[in-house]
Amino acid sequence: MPDIADIPSAPDLSGSGVIADNIIGFARALRAAGMPVGPGATIDALKALQVVGLSNRADVFAALECIFVKRHEHATIFAQAFEIFFRAEQNWDQLVDSVPLPGQPEQKPPPPASRRVQEALSQRDMVKERESYVQEMQLSVSDEEVLQTKDFAQMSAAEIASVTRAIERLKLPLAERPTRRFQPLPRGRKLDLRRTLRGSLRTGGEIVNFHRLGHIDKPVPVVALLDISGSMSEYTRLFLHFLHAVTDARKRVSVFLFGTRLTNITRALRARDPDDALARCSAMVEDWSGGTRIAPSLHAFNKLWGRRVLGQGAIVLLISDGLEREADARLGFEMDRLHRSCRRLIWLNPLLRYSGFEPKAQGVKMMLPHVDEFRPVHNLKSIGELIDALSVAPAARSLIRPAA
Amino acid sequence: MSAASALPGSVDATLDLLMKHGYLAERALATVTFLSLKMGRPLFLEGEAGVGKTEIAKVLSAALGRRLIRLQCYEGLDVSSAVYEWNSAAQMIAIRLAEASGDTDRDRLSHDVFAEQYLIKRPLLQALEPDPAGAPVLLIDELDRADEAFEAFLLEILSDFQVTIPEFGTVRAPQPPIVIVTSNRTREIHDALKRRCLYHWVDYPSAEREIAIVKSRVSGISAKLSEQVVAFVQAVRGEDLFKPPGVAETLDWATALRELDAKTLTPQVVGDSLGALLKYQDDIGRMQGETLTRTLDAALAGKPK
Repeated sequence: MPDIADIPSAPDLSGSGVIADNIIGFARALRAAGMPVGPGATIDALKALQVVGLSNRADVFAALECIFVKRHEHATIFAQAFEIFFRAEQNWDQLVDSVPLPGQPEQKPPPPASRRVQEALSQRDMVKERESYVQEMQLSVSDEEVLQTKDFAQMSAAEIASVTRAIERLKLPLAERPTRRFQPLPRGRKLDLRRTLRGSLRTGGEIVNFHRLGHIDKPVPVVALLDISGSMSEYTRLFLHFLHAVTDARKRVSVFLFGTRLTNITRALRARDPDDALARCSAMVEDWSGGTRIAPSLHAFNKLWGRRVLGQGAIVLLISDGLEREADARLGFEMDRLHRSCRRLIWLNPLLRYSGFEPKAQGVKMMLPHVDEFRPVHNLKSIGELIDALSVAPAARSLIRPAA
Repeated sequence: MSAASALPGSVDATLDLLMKHGYLAERALATVTFLSLKMGRPLFLEGEAGVGKTEIAKVLSAALGRRLIRLQCYEGLDVSSAVYEWNSAAQMIAIRLAEASGDTDRDRLSHDVFAEQYLIKRPLLQALEPDPAGAPVLLIDELDRADEAFEAFLLEILSDFQVTIPEFGTVRAPQPPIVIVTSNRTREIHDALKRRCLYHWVDYPSAEREIAIVKSRVSGISAKLSEQVVAFVQAVRGEDLFKPPGVAETLDWATALRELDAKTLTPQVVGDSLGALLKYQDDIGRMQGETLTRTLDAALAGKPK
């Protein structure tokens, strides 16, 4: 523990502690508004104010912004908070602490996992006797076989629960792609001169071992676009579970939901607990089970996110039934753009479960020419097959190959 | 330190300094630049391509009389091309020579071989070296193009301004360099890195400022044409395009129009030279014909100056 005397004291700001209090309060307000503001930032902010002074409101704004805002998305929240907190008419030499700080919430809603715990505890299995154990095992095995091929849309609540558990166990294998970075590898293709030389010094300059370098392999980014319109409602929850499992297991996964608008839920899905993650997602989305507007959603994705998440040869999973209300040339155009900016576009369509499925709907016809693969996803088995397909490193269009 | 390298003393002084060297900055940008110089913290600039993020590093280096060290990031950038590398061939020769002269003292050999003279310094290590003109300006350009692994490596350099070379020891900057990091947001940069920096989003300039930028950067362009150019560009940014034009494109286009001897914007001239402004075929296609005439008319009519 450091001695009290070692701890640096807060920067001295024109003799009064009011400013420091204000900044601390402001930081707390930002945090309450959902911005990640650490204690270090508060200290930085005080230092910055010392440097720019308080004479110009715009300067104070810029100074605080460059410290508290670390993402462009947060700029609006910051601007609003600043307006409310430091009113323009106030005299800048004496910031008056007039804004009540956000208090503690009175009663928090129970965390999402608690319902699961309650359900688990109230199940009869928890007090089941031992004799029926063997039979139970057999039952559950055959159950799983049935579940493998049963359509998600026709499952009972209990079946969905067990499928959810099965999905959580699925691991999306890391389809890997060599990067241009190197690591020590015994059978690599490149000579590691530095380590070879170091090794040679041990033998007085005689090279005994050649050390080698090989390419580092990295998982391919996966971007999922999930249709949450009314016609997909029976599937969305299970797909979300699947995507949560995928997001949990590997890096570089981005997930977007679309119905009538596009929502990026990648961050929400990063919550470890599936129920917690799904609760956060549903809080973010305003258009559950509404209509479908695929073209505008894809347009929004291409324009706002395409360049940011498809950069390094991503695989796109488009999960939709393609039942678009107003299918016109724009849909084809946006699909084409999406197709050209990713490595592989896989369309997962639950409607494919019908053996007699024909792409008759206008939307489906527009989209089909632009996908690399068209697969069914309606039961556990098809998800398993999807995973197998993804685990093969695709020798597709823009694969970067190691130098020969 | 010479007088030229003195840091500006206030936000206004920073604004003046940048302007004197041809960079017309918004006040907010001048404020964060001033803060970054004063607090010795890296400046992280994010924004669309072509809004002048890289330019500010160049201008700062010229204005302060410091050396500009530029590290252009790309996928696969690693320590040996960003920080240092050993000159293995020269080391090998040194070992052979030592052998030939009968010197077999291994400890001394390894000490001699890993000396500074065999160290090839790459941009980041160069930026940590003392410079008589003052600490250099280090531009880490388009960090979003490098891999995450490299980003993690930067953490040590950006917070402590030091690099550890196992065979050689820790190199520490006597005076921290002025660091400008830029990103086009093709992917998110990790929060840990942003936390060590002052963050600023560089936006498209206002019409007024952009006119001033065109006038100062494109010589021999009439006031009328530059105003028309900016009015049109600002209108185009409002359209639903895949890649709206940045300031760099405005300047390119203005230069192109000057070379074409255009006196005023007509649909014909604009249509012919649109390739200097828009860089996607879809966008050019969208802006042709009737849309072009409409946007141009609106831009020219709505322009008060």
